[in-house]
Amino acid sequence: MSENIIDLTDATFDETVSGTAEPLVVDFWAEWCGPCKMIAPILDEIAEEQGDSIKISKVNVDENPSIAQQYGIMSIPTILVFRDGELDKRIVGAKGKAQLLEEFGL
Amino acid sequence: MSDLHDVLILGSGPAGLTAAIYAARASLDPLVIEGEPSSTGDQPGGQLMLTTDVENFPGFPDGIMGPELMMQFRKQAERFGAILKTEKATRVDLTEQPFRVWIGDPEAAEPTYRAKTIIVSTGATALMLDQPNEQRLLGHGVSTCATCDGFFFRDHDIAVVGGGDSALEEATFLTKFAKTVTIIHRRDELRGSKIMQDRAFANPKIKFLWDTEVTDVLGDQSVESLALRNNKTDETSELAVTGLFVAIGHRPNTDLFQGQLAMKDNGYLITEAPSTRTNVPGVFACGDVQDDTYRQAISAAGSGCSAAIDAERWLEANE
Repeated sequence: MSENIIDLTDATFDETVSGTAEPLVVDFWAEWCGPCKMIAPILDEIAEEQGDSIKISKVNVDENPSIAQQYGIMSIPTILVFRDGELDKRIVGAKGKAQLLEEFGL
Repeated sequence: MSDLHDVLILGSGPAGLTAAIYAARASLDPLVIEGEPSSTGDQPGGQLMLTTDVENFPGFPDGIMGPELMMQFRKQAERFGAILKTEKATRVDLTEQPFRVWIGDPEAAEPTYRAKTIIVSTGATALMLDQPNEQRLLGHGVSTCATCDGFFFRDHDIAVVGGGDSALEEATFLTKFAKTVTIIHRRDELRGSKIMQDRAFANPKIKFLWDTEVTDVLGDQSVESLALRNNKTDETSELAVTGLFVAIGHRPNTDLFQGQLAMKDNGYLITEAPSTRTNVPGVFACGDVQDDTYRQAISAAGSGCSAAIDAERWLEANE
């Protein structure tokens, strides 16, 4: 995983969402999810290439069920995009790199 | 001028990656256009990316997870020098040699790749019900991937539509989480294999609704119930469930080849048995894209091996 990606937990989630100035991407994933594995390297690449214009984070739903529940996640991968601490976008299902960049507004 | 490849493989399920392993070992430097991530079977790794335990792939007596098996296939292909690109072809031109393949803008004047032979292993995608609210509630109770989403339906009442092996496997898997799983099938008997039927019938959490079709998916923010119709009595009813998993069959991913490769009425590519040759010399097809009979990972892998050997021989004869 890229060093630019943060691993969020139930404990650190709210603080990170409210305290991040850049648009924040949150990828909800789990070990047993095939499509999640396929988008992981793409998010790595985006994190490396985009530097400070966007912050990318991940939530393992197995270990952090309450955040997933709070946001009504019923399918993974689901990616939430927060801007200024507010939920701006919900992307359900795995997507290719070009589509993700477009969804992130990059 | 775009690159010219000896062997270009479209798709990266068991068929495409087996073809890649064989072609790479034959020093043909295969280029694999593995597809782009999605939550359907049309993605790198293919339909096994959406499964859990694969119990019938020889060599794994204790079973292996579908995504893990595909990662192993991929590693093995890369070990022998196959180049994998996480891209999806948007257009192919098979009318003259070398064949041309476009990624991204299909109208671009220059193709992205050119190849002397092409192995088509683009697989198949699970069919959806095509009901008005199904797309709207995708990810909000409607799921295309039981293994990805089963976890979110702990102690819920949910439904699986279909009567084949995939439906029975999904239903059985989902009972790990759900309170009840209702299998909704439009006939009065199952199409699935004996072993899967026995498992499903023996599972106390699985119920069956026979001769029944889903006419709509209801719910505001997420799935709340299904509108049903009995196709023998025409009686309508509603079933309260929070999850809907659809396993009613597949369609081959052959849109790209319309008008260029011979296909059956159902869209599956036609190959010249016992080979993997299509009607275009130098284009070979393997795996589910040309198989509406067996549709197994192992049969796909077997035909992928045949396609690589057919391509190698074709190159030898035409160099």
